[in-house]
Amino acid sequence: MVSTVHSAPILEMRDIRKTFFSVKALTGVELTAWSGEIHALMGENGAGKSTLMKILSGAYRADPGGEIRIAGKPVTIDDPLSAKRLGIAVIYQELSLSPNLTVAENIHLGRELSKSGFIDRATMERDSSPVLERLGADFGPKTLVSDLSIAERQLVEIARAVHANARILVMDEPTTALSSRETDRLFSLVRQLKAEGMAIIYISHRMNEVYELADRVSVLRDGGYVGTLTRDELSAERLVKMMVGRDISGFYKKAQGEHHKTGALMLEVKDFSDGRRVKNVSLTVRAGEVVALAGLVGSGRTELARLVFGADKRLTGELWLEGQRVELHSPQAALSTGVAYLTEDRKAQGLFLDMSVHDNINLAVFGRDASRGGVLDLASAARRATAAIDVLKIRVAGPHVEVGTLSGGNQQKVLLSRLLETAPRVLLLDEPTRGVDIGAKSEIYRLIDELAARGVAILVISSELPEVVGISDRVVVMRDGIVAGELDGSAQQPITQESIMELATGARITTAA
Amino acid sequence: MIQKAETSPATSPQKGPGSRVRFQSIVRTVGMAPILILLCLLFEVLSIVNAAGSWGEAINQVMNGHFWDVVISGRFASGQNLSIVAQQAAVNMVLAAGMTFVILTGGIDLSVGSILAASAMVALIVSNVADLWWLAIPTAVIFGLVFGMANGALVAYLRLPPFIVTLGALTAVRGVARLIGDDKTVFNADLQFAIIGNGAVYGVPWLVIIAFAVILASWFVLRRTVLGVHIYAVGGNEDAARLSGIKVPLVLLFVYGASGALAGLGAVMQAARLYAANGLQLGQSYELDAIAAVILGGTSFVGGIGSIWGTLIGALIIAVLSNGLVLIGISDIWQFIIKGLVIIGAVALDRYRLSSSART
Repeated sequence: MVSTVHSAPILEMRDIRKTFFSVKALTGVELTAWSGEIHALMGENGAGKSTLMKILSGAYRADPGGEIRIAGKPVTIDDPLSAKRLGIAVIYQELSLSPNLTVAENIHLGRELSKSGFIDRATMERDSSPVLERLGADFGPKTLVSDLSIAERQLVEIARAVHANARILVMDEPTTALSSRETDRLFSLVRQLKAEGMAIIYISHRMNEVYELADRVSVLRDGGYVGTLTRDELSAERLVKMMVGRDISGFYKKAQGEHHKTGALMLEVKDFSDGRRVKNVSLTVRAGEVVALAGLVGSGRTELARLVFGADKRLTGELWLEGQRVELHSPQAALSTGVAYLTEDRKAQGLFLDMSVHDNINLAVFGRDASRGGVLDLASAARRATAAIDVLKIRVAGPHVEVGTLSGGNQQKVLLSRLLETAPRVLLLDEPTRGVDIGAKSEIYRLIDELAARGVAILVISSELPEVVGISDRVVVMRDGIVAGELDGSAQQPITQESIMELATGARITTAA
Repeated sequence: MIQKAETSPATSPQKGPGSRVRFQSIVRTVGMAPILILLCLLFEVLSIVNAAGSWGEAINQVMNGHFWDVVISGRFASGQNLSIVAQQAAVNMVLAAGMTFVILTGGIDLSVGSILAASAMVALIVSNVADLWWLAIPTAVIFGLVFGMANGALVAYLRLPPFIVTLGALTAVRGVARLIGDDKTVFNADLQFAIIGNGAVYGVPWLVIIAFAVILASWFVLRRTVLGVHIYAVGGNEDAARLSGIKVPLVLLFVYGASGALAGLGAVMQAARLYAANGLQLGQSYELDAIAAVILGGTSFVGGIGSIWGTLIGALIIAVLSNGLVLIGISDIWQFIIKGLVIIGAVALDRYRLSSSART
């Protein structure tokens, strides 16, 4: 079916490379898709799937040297418009509709019909209707997009692609926000589009979806192309191997037997739900223990950490600290109770980029140090800043330099020292080494180790499997908002990249302990 | 050990990158001061020319050796006029100090002119009550505080946009001001606290003393208290502020409350000068002058960056402009146009200067 003798594949990408400021995001990737094929694209977080698709959609330009052919003809994709002209449509996870406009207006977005200069709504609505009908929509072209559910909005995006005569449709994890009924409907729609001859590139982390839909699966790892499997070659084991086979030698590894003897139960999360992304999650962390919270992006890890920290409101669940039930209604309450959270997005949610290193380090404790009238204790603030710069080896000319001018690794250390100044008992670290250079990384690992040795309970969210394997005493894996399984490092439940990935993708369903 | 030597402060003046950082912060602090000085020089020269009758005449007199006579003939830089400028700037300075708090959090307070009018009405009405006249000043300030807190509560707890809330207050409180006095002007020829508006200590007008006291107090709050750091933090990154354990709603409540209370204080100063208050006319468009002073002072409109000293300079620039243009006989109509253009031009210049120096 796939190897049609006469015609060329609708899409051929060959030797695609992309470098961002000397960081290699893609190192020679290839991808081939045929009309009437569903081609799944898999890979760990940060493997390069999104970058590749952004090159296809014209959002990024590939480095010179590679080649893209559409139906056999070499093309250059300079911008989103030229991608559209070539019949490429991309549906991102964050849908790109204007909620304030109608369905018909969204379908025609950028290609509005007009009659002598005035917008021609009637015609736009008339020619949207057949497309919507064909896709089985139960809403009309005049409906406002803001009145539609996520699944229905997705359908509008698909209708837009069909209406623009797209030949290649890229879907980036389309089921993350859908219920299982909506997912079924989406799948039958995707099969219908395939039968009509569209090539569909389907990005997904979920093994069962890939099994159900894909004709072929291509795997990326660390920006490189690993290989492509046809349907009959498909096996979960094989896919996981292809996805995770990362070289671990350069990574920090906690020496065996160096595991600190862990103390009493410090943090107990019982039955946490937020009604959306977190579903009845329970986990524990002991004093002196480093527990990694692994899972794919979107599995609810950050959401869970924010619930524990009191940054978001939870619907159900109990929080226990050192055997006592506590209610943390706000980050402020959490910090004063001894629970600190390091955000995954240090620029948007962590640092005050226009403020000095000194102020950033002291921000959470200015109030504690101050005299009763709220007058700053400048002497102790200066002491704290100097000491933190010294201890964490923050490379900065002086404490009064603005944080925004620092490198990523040093910014992260500043943010970490703000948390440490509050002397937490429980540390929730969300991607503590993201965007951090190797040197700073190993210093952060060392710091985590030291804190654990001092009896702090540490929960580390990380998407880097080698990091998880390297630093953790125990691993809790989340998938789709639930705890998919736990690995305690014993012979039965070894902490390896494969075992984590199997749980994260649903290739292996363990009975959660 | 080597590191110790490098990081130990105060042993020698900072060198290398440290001194560049310091230079940048000086540039940022000085901000608009050069423009203020230039404006003063310009008006002095123009007032000299005005006194002489024409440029040619002025140059002639200098050539003929009457240099000092010519310099003294300038009316702008006379002690009397500078005192007038300071008095004119005083009320705006007080309003702008409150506005600085608000804008530092990334907000805006459009209602200060209306609050000033309402508080002034209250001050005069209370001053006319025989036994309670001494309550006039506290009542006016508290009246302003209450309106400010109402703004703050809407912004902090209902999460309404500050522009909308205070735009509504601008109109509504103006109505309250007219309502209080039955839409009439209230007089008090024997105003007990008139000394505030017209008296002086060792030649320094009370208005100016109050304004500088407010500026100093604001500096103290912003730079020496926990609250001040939290104000900057909320303006710099509200999400991060919340995650750092800052009680963001309380900070917002404070800044709008402070802005309202200072508008109440401004009302006392204004009423003391005029011996009268009128709910319809008093304080019209004062909020715009206050905002202009803050922005001229280099405070970022999105919050997080700025200083009270900048606001001081900004308020002085506006007062100097108004005074100088009158002094050299520019018509009222052109004063508006020139003032507007100077504000835009000065801020444009500031942005340009900062963007070229701040990048490393």
